[in-house]
Amino acid sequence: MDALTKKIVSALQGDIPLVREPYRQLARELGISEGELLERLSRMKSDGLLRRVAAVLRHRRVGFVANAMVAWRVPEEEVEDAGQAMASFPEASHVYRRPAFPDWPYNIYTMIHGTSREECEEVVEKMSSVTGIGDCVVLYSTREFKKTSMDYFEGGEGER
Amino acid sequence: MDRIDKDLLNRMQKGFPLSGRPFLVLGRELGISEGEALERTARLKEEGYIRRIGGVFHTPGLGFYSTLVAARVVPEKLEGIAEQISGWRGVTHNYERDGDFNLWFTLTAQSEAEADAVLQEVAAAGGVEKLMKLPALRRFKVELNLFIE
Repeated sequence: MDALTKKIVSALQGDIPLVREPYRQLARELGISEGELLERLSRMKSDGLLRRVAAVLRHRRVGFVANAMVAWRVPEEEVEDAGQAMASFPEASHVYRRPAFPDWPYNIYTMIHGTSREECEEVVEKMSSVTGIGDCVVLYSTREFKKTSMDYFEGGEGER
Repeated sequence: MDRIDKDLLNRMQKGFPLSGRPFLVLGRELGISEGEALERTARLKEEGYIRRIGGVFHTPGLGFYSTLVAARVVPEKLEGIAEQISGWRGVTHNYERDGDFNLWFTLTAQSEAEADAVLQEVAAAGGVEKLMKLPALRRFKVELNLFIE
């Protein structure tokens, strides 16, 4: 990764300025042209460095007060199909396969977001009936100690 | 929030236009002016609906190692240990959850070895009974779109 890419990551990992031409302002701070910045960002996207530039919402503030992490125990040969099926639920994000342990046999994790615990549980039930996987634990967060975005190169500005 | 605010939030979660005039693009799609799109966005940010608008990076793509970690912490020590963990720059999410493992956090580091060094320090703190390193082995879905009705 070249120095300019790192600087672009640092500039974009915080907040973009809320002005009519935010990329022009960022480019000026980076010492490049707006066109070069936009081109770089498109390339970083196609290279898989940047997922997207987007708004990240405060879940609870927009009404999604129940956020459940659900860990599923899925037989090895069903992991692929179950993972795909779970990923297709709009209420689910972050559907990942993770290693299982002898005393913690769960291997697929989903985050489920709802306006109430009941709503989350309905989604879990639907997922369970679609995939045929019944063994899961639903873990609600009871306290948030930290939630921020990564400051990759210690150059970010603004609220995280 | 009115309908346009909600549509704007739904749209901007999917992506903020990579264009010289992003608010013009958003405004056109929603049938409002560039100035109104900008004003509404600034207000939604100010009122706390939007945490941030910026780049969402692919951590492994940037060459970093990241993992989810589950910890079983003695309840009396939970708060102090959680605070210590939150103090690491690479810890971006840190939650208490109900269940056998009561503290869950994400850790991003330059390498797996660097992450392990952090975890060794965490494990050495009195009160941490067990740590499980749970890196993603396969990502079926990463994006989060909260659809606001």
